[in-house]
Amino acid sequence: MNVQETYTALGLSDFEYDRILELMGRAPNYLELSLFSVMWSEHCGYKNSRPLLKQFPNAGSRVLQGPGENAGVIEVGDGWALVFKMESHNHPSAVEPYEGAATGVGGIIRDVLAMGARPVALLDSLRLGPLEDERNRYLFREVVRGIGGYGNAIGVPTVGGEVEFAPAYSGNPLVNAMCIGLVRADDFLRARAVGEGNLVILFGAKTGRDGIHGATFASDELSEESEEKRPNVQVGDPFAGKMLVECSLNLLEKDLLVSLQDLGAAGITSSASEMAAKGGVGIEIDADLVPLREEGMQPWEIVISESQERMLAIVEPEKAEEVLCVAERFELAAAVIGRVSGHGDLLIRHEGEVAGTVSARHLADAPVYEREVVPPVYLEKAREPDLEKIPKPEDHGSALLAMLAHPNLCSRRSVYEQYDHEVGTDTVVLPGADAAVMRIKGTSIGFAATVDCRGRYCYLDPKGGGAAAVAEAYRNLSCVGAEPVALTDCLNFGSPEKADAYYQFASCIEGMAEACEVLGTPVVSGNVSLYNENEGEAVYPTPAVGMVGVFDDVGRMATPGIKREGDALVLVGDFRPALGGSEYLEVVHGRVVGAPAVPDLTSEKAVSDAVRRAISSGLVNTAHDLSGGGLAVALAEMSLMGSIGVEAQLPLPGVRQDVALFGEVGGCILLAVPEEKLGKLEAILEGVHHTQIGHTGGERLKVSGSVDLGLDELRAAYERDLFERHAPEGGHLG
Amino acid sequence: MRIGVTVFPGSNCDRDALYAIERTGAAPVELWHADADLKGVDAVVVPGGFSYGDYLRPGAIARFSKVMKPLEDFAKGGGPVLGVCNGFQVLTEAHLLPGALLRNVGMRFVCTRVPARVETAKTPWTSLFESGDRLTLPVAHNEGNYFADERTLRELEDEERVVLRYLDNPNGSLNDIAGICNAARNVVGLMPHPERVSEEALGSDEGLKVFESVLSFAGVRV
Repeated sequence: MNVQETYTALGLSDFEYDRILELMGRAPNYLELSLFSVMWSEHCGYKNSRPLLKQFPNAGSRVLQGPGENAGVIEVGDGWALVFKMESHNHPSAVEPYEGAATGVGGIIRDVLAMGARPVALLDSLRLGPLEDERNRYLFREVVRGIGGYGNAIGVPTVGGEVEFAPAYSGNPLVNAMCIGLVRADDFLRARAVGEGNLVILFGAKTGRDGIHGATFASDELSEESEEKRPNVQVGDPFAGKMLVECSLNLLEKDLLVSLQDLGAAGITSSASEMAAKGGVGIEIDADLVPLREEGMQPWEIVISESQERMLAIVEPEKAEEVLCVAERFELAAAVIGRVSGHGDLLIRHEGEVAGTVSARHLADAPVYEREVVPPVYLEKAREPDLEKIPKPEDHGSALLAMLAHPNLCSRRSVYEQYDHEVGTDTVVLPGADAAVMRIKGTSIGFAATVDCRGRYCYLDPKGGGAAAVAEAYRNLSCVGAEPVALTDCLNFGSPEKADAYYQFASCIEGMAEACEVLGTPVVSGNVSLYNENEGEAVYPTPAVGMVGVFDDVGRMATPGIKREGDALVLVGDFRPALGGSEYLEVVHGRVVGAPAVPDLTSEKAVSDAVRRAISSGLVNTAHDLSGGGLAVALAEMSLMGSIGVEAQLPLPGVRQDVALFGEVGGCILLAVPEEKLGKLEAILEGVHHTQIGHTGGERLKVSGSVDLGLDELRAAYERDLFERHAPEGGHLG
Repeated sequence: MRIGVTVFPGSNCDRDALYAIERTGAAPVELWHADADLKGVDAVVVPGGFSYGDYLRPGAIARFSKVMKPLEDFAKGGGPVLGVCNGFQVLTEAHLLPGALLRNVGMRFVCTRVPARVETAKTPWTSLFESGDRLTLPVAHNEGNYFADERTLRELEDEERVVLRYLDNPNGSLNDIAGICNAARNVVGLMPHPERVSEEALGSDEGLKVFESVLSFAGVRV
């Protein structure tokens, strides 16, 4: 291979190679080139996204750490802080779904751990192609098994998440994992190498050849050849991960570490150069000292291997011995593999020789690309359907049943039952609600978390869809009664080198940033995943939002299930449903068209905040937002979760019944409240649109004479097993 | 009263068990797998999780841990021992309880809350219940499908050694068995997790009674 072929194979462009020559003042050797290849990949270097991400607000009164560290940190109260981040593992999951998903979970747990926090909750955001396709069924089953396989074994509960299916994700599933950790607010760590002469200790699993060039692979489009990259996918060991968590927390408790960093994409290279760049120092690594799993590894393989379950610590020399002893107690490999130096280079030694030396600052300084934003042609087409011509359904009840049975709207029970959501004994609200609710032991405070995004909305209206994702997360947290504080994101898009995908990327971010400003929820961490394409077709733009909220009193929360017969049903918000981009259009009419309802952010905030006040005052404990499927689906879910029926009138006389029942709208929340508390509720809701639309009770869902269905019929449609086509014979159990 | 909780590499319900025990007023004691020492505890809980990564078979490696020898002696001497989930699997592997826990018939991990019935109060861990009490308990396992040969099953039933029975079987367990005890009745294995329903803040405190039972059994006022 000539030089050009070599750097091209490593994913570097001519421009980038020239820049490396300029920075180094000489030609890099293969090891050095590999370092640049991984550190300048989109996955590590954010070269297409940095200018756009600047739009996000990052500060807030509860924000202790914004972007730039392994995870963001917010203050909860009583001296506690939450550490959280979301990350994608899309490409590995596309070729090796079980391990891809499992190591995605393992990786995000280590990010949180690196901040010194105990990981206490996981959430996932999944996107797959339709289940009619066998390959998609395989990917779905294995991704869910992989998440459970890792999360269940490591003992961190998977408390929430979402999954959606659309043809745009066929062949390129999205697997985003979010982890939340708990730490004393004074005790969290930053990944900074400091103190010349301090030692670098690698501990955890041994290093092997798995995951070589995984970061570069993650920053490329998927194609038939991707299957050949299966060996690039790492293999996870949750057992080692569990030991790594306990060992790291033990080391921190004993105050033995200066700083800590996980090894993710690009392995030792990325961890060491990030720590060095942030600390303004150099790090020297002796590749011969790294505990290896196999023989004959080249130094470049050792330093960029993505073997899982490893951490890098900076330790004062006099504490090194004790660190190694603690690692041994947890049956982990550990070794001093280098030291912090005064120069600013990442220097790799092998058999006594310098095998490579690169400025850590140069590695951390990937080139930045700003591209032109050109509105795509498809948007005009998508937006011009004549919705008047959409035929009215013959029977609204049958349409509702069809929607409840659709994989995008049916119960997620068959997914979350495969995840241990109770380990740790802090899960207050089990999965199935609008957001997960967790308590903090020994206090009355708690927190809530949700992950949200509507890919179809973002496709049809990138800016509005981006804002809607943030607004929906804000609303979901408010529905359980938590005060939304901050968010992490996972921005999944197609190739930024293509005009349509870049427009989607830039516009979604613009919409999200605006929503973050208005709603007061800064972005404290995040991840960018570009090149999500399969055979040249991009996924729907999918900026998944993972938002975290807090409770002063976690006892005052709400869930969607109806609790009592005879409660008044109150619809809060400006109810103006629209068919554009709705589940109804797709499920019942097979069309992905129209302009989705653009959220009115000011009204969104007013509605959510009022509902939250009603919950935290102890007045309301039943709330659910209108989301996919509109009012009818929301009412059905509340009935099914509480096993109590509903009788309601549609609040919009004169509007087409299907629009009122199934049309979608932001900023609307349903509450159920005892009649005698209506007066007090009215006072809290003053200034916010609200209407009483009916009562709870009975065993049927009756809406305005157009829907009249028994809960058993609804349940039969809704409670379906998403893996039913996989169930072994006779293997389906209730 | 001091109640020990074994901690194997990969145990992950150890802290939950220690927390639940503390709520009963008993003193929780961590028993590290590599120490052949029960630290003079009055009862032992073998917690849930994935000891040694469930590699080979759940519980198959943990039974060879150093802490198991004194634990076996303690059990044979009549000391109260409770295995929960992976702990149940460890106790069957160690032959302190008969039978085995196979892969769920649904072939997937199942985490849910299931209705169950207490079948006997004649064990240290169910002494405060009455036979026939109905509970709703969390399960979370891959291998909870209880299996034993016909003779063993008959013995278990005849000697009233089925401690807990599912009312809605989540895993294909024979005779809907959710928990059993040994012939001496001091060693109990349960697939459901009582420690996960040990306070109202988590929606139910029905499970705390399991830990309170062993206190009451030992003569400590609960």
